[in-house]
Amino acid sequence: MTLVEFREVSFHVNNQVILDKLSLSVTRGETLVLLGRSGSGKTTALKMVNGLVFPSAGEVLVDGRAPTAQDLVQLRRRIGYVIQEVGLFPHFTVAENIGLVPRLNGWNAERISARVRELLEQVGLDPDEFSGRYPRQLSGGQRQRVGVARALAADPHLLLFDEPFGALDPVTRLELQNQFLSLRDRLQKTSIFVTHDVNEALRIGTRIALLDRGRLETLDTPEQFLQSKGPQTRAFLAVLEDRLRAPSEQLEAP
Amino acid sequence: MTRNGLWREILDLTFEHLALVAVSILIAAAIGVPLGVVLTRRPPLRGWVLGFANVMQTIPSLALFGFLIPIPLIGGIGKRTAIVALVLYALLPILRNTLVGILGVDAAVRESAIAMGMTDRQLLLEVELPLAARTILAGLRVATVTTIGTATIAAAIGGGGLGVFIFRGIASVDTTQILAGAIPAALLALLSDGGIGWIEKRFSAA
Repeated sequence: MTLVEFREVSFHVNNQVILDKLSLSVTRGETLVLLGRSGSGKTTALKMVNGLVFPSAGEVLVDGRAPTAQDLVQLRRRIGYVIQEVGLFPHFTVAENIGLVPRLNGWNAERISARVRELLEQVGLDPDEFSGRYPRQLSGGQRQRVGVARALAADPHLLLFDEPFGALDPVTRLELQNQFLSLRDRLQKTSIFVTHDVNEALRIGTRIALLDRGRLETLDTPEQFLQSKGPQTRAFLAVLEDRLRAPSEQLEAP
Repeated sequence: MTRNGLWREILDLTFEHLALVAVSILIAAAIGVPLGVVLTRRPPLRGWVLGFANVMQTIPSLALFGFLIPIPLIGGIGKRTAIVALVLYALLPILRNTLVGILGVDAAVRESAIAMGMTDRQLLLEVELPLAARTILAGLRVATVTTIGTATIAAAIGGGGLGVFIFRGIASVDTTQILAGAIPAALLALLSDGGIGWIEKRFSAA
């Protein structure tokens, strides 16, 4: 069952083509990775799903409808959004940050605080220790855990991730990727996940859409992706092979 | 004039001065902050409005008071004209700092707020204004301190305040009179600078 559908979506600014007739659909429950280099249009495509950017041509359907201006606010409250810079509110505590969308939706204080505790535990942070802290009192990894908890707060059916772990050190990144996978298996959410890291794409994607200069190059499962012969796919896989080979070559060196 | 009489007059004129400044700053803030917010939403207007406020600041204050006298409704001799001139002066720092403070809010924070489904009103009241509060207060502080100084010229058009001493002192070459106006004005400026500065710091701690 299709949750999000791109129909011939194009986007250009000042005669520069960012997206070129992109068509793809996201099925309920899957994790679709949008993989591409800088400037491939992957972030722009993602931002069209929650109406931060509007197509120049074509349409993006969420739940079968193109969002109009009026219901955009309601639509966004049903879509979780996690970005690399996290974007926590510096003047809100961790608990206030996580409880924001529930509060906007009019939950009572008791229900919000119970939900905040539950979410902090889910993302591996001790509620007693972290609820009252401010974002500046957290490490980068802790901040992004709070970012993920905030996106999950109102139990959205769809989650959007824009290179969420890109700014983290490799060890923390791996921890958060594992967290993501375990949360996904438990919560059964649909996700669209933007990354330029082919490793990450293979680890967490159920399908990988490879974008190149605004065009959809391939749309494969990770297994198919590894077998793919397309030039862009090969370019990304070369990164991977390079990484796998590098240590042994170093050992062989005199 | 008796010694007691001078002190009495210093006190009266200081209060008059303070009232002149307070009313002007309140009006300037009531115009400047909302206008600054509007400018964050309407970029094409920015150049025009900031240009106007800039030009106001470049007019020498004595001349501005003079220009206003012949204008109907807002002009004439007295306090009302003085307040109009002081508001025009105070507007720029308040307006500019409101604009700069809100535009200075981290783009990722603003994007998150929108993406989580905040309305524009919620974005403004819960995110942008609290995060810009320090910068806006700094604008209010600058406006207040300069207005305390500029308000001494109000006496030239019958607006009263501590300038009365200064103009009287100049006319009669009486240094005591000049100091009786200048010292309280300087103290008021220092106190308000310190006071608003203290509130600003409280905001940075939050």
